Amino acid sequence: MDWIELLRLFLAFLVSNILGYGGGPASIPLIYEEVVEHYNIVSQAEFSNIIALGNALPGPIATKIAAYVGYSGGGLLGSLIALIATIVPSILALIVMLKALRKYRDSKAVKGIGLFVQPVIAVLMIVLTWEMVDDSVIDIGWIQTVLLALVAWWAMAIKKIHPAIVVVAAFAYGAIVIPLVG
Amino acid sequence: MTNQYGQLCWAMLKTGIIGFGGGPSVIPLIRHEAVQQYHWLSDEEFGEIFVLANTLPGPIATKMAGYLGYQLKGTLGAIVAVVAHILPSSIAMVLLMSMVSLFSNSPIVQGMISAVVPVVAVMLGMMAYEFAQKAFKGLGIVVGIASFAIALSLLTWLDLHPAIVIVLFMLYGSFHYAFQARFQARRNRQGQGGQ
Repeated sequence: MDWIELLRLFLAFLVSNILGYGGGPASIPLIYEEVVEHYNIVSQAEFSNIIALGNALPGPIATKIAAYVGYSGGGLLGSLIALIATIVPSILALIVMLKALRKYRDSKAVKGIGLFVQPVIAVLMIVLTWEMVDDSVIDIGWIQTVLLALVAWWAMAIKKIHPAIVVVAAFAYGAIVIPLVG
Repeated sequence: MTNQYGQLCWAMLKTGIIGFGGGPSVIPLIRHEAVQQYHWLSDEEFGEIFVLANTLPGPIATKMAGYLGYQLKGTLGAIVAVVAHILPSSIAMVLLMSMVSLFSNSPIVQGMISAVVPVVAVMLGMMAYEFAQKAFKGLGIVVGIASFAIALSLLTWLDLHPAIVIVLFMLYGSFHYAFQARFQARRNRQGQGGQ
């Protein structure tokens, strides 16, 4: 395994997690930017699968993404390095800066920083959503894309059906219908 | 108290396996284990640590797991807690994705991969909605719309790297309330001058 690849993994996950305010989900579009657009460690199709399976499995999402992307880019060592870059800085910061954080918790500056990151994260999520839609329309056409998206939205947002069940249902549809149609 | 390692390991393993929906949705489960089940700390303390952890970036569940482990057993405790929390889902993820990649040439698996993309778009769209809601709640309509428009133009038209845009917004955010206070003070002064 060459060092450059491991260093890339480390930097990609370090940058995307120290800038993601709002827990693991906030880091998803940042991780996408680093590992798909910037370093090409995984493809866009792979990334969408990672999000689908990641949401179908339990546990924190940022570490699941790091575990697989790291593995894909650099085997077990890559996985370990991506995981360390994801979680160690924020845990260390919490433990070391606890006293300082207590002191500045009500500071307007700290509040302003956390707040003004939110619209950027939201815009990044919207852009990523749009890229997924675009990708899907090219792949399976807009009729199937809209149909699958509508059913998925109805199931998850309205019916509150578990994402794991929705992902499995989509897999079943894709395994049976798409090879016949396409 | 050697069995504190056992407790830590078991509590974090359990919350890592039964919690769906990413770190933020697992916090109530971790709170239950830490406060009600094992009495490592009081509910108020847990709430305070959670608020402090949220002022920092990065995944939240691992921050809480690491902190609890460190409080109980130092560095080794932190490592045990975090590893127990993330290991099962990490392994499951690598195994499942490797299986998908292995069969990715079969038309059936290709169909599966294609069919899941719209579902992922919906998942991301729902997350985007939640973040947008949080932003508007905190910033108000006017500042909210302005920040969205600025973020969108910087990211898409100018094609700036997200990290740069986030750092710019953080910089502005750290001064926002100070600006607001000064603006307010000037307006008050002008109001008094007119009387």
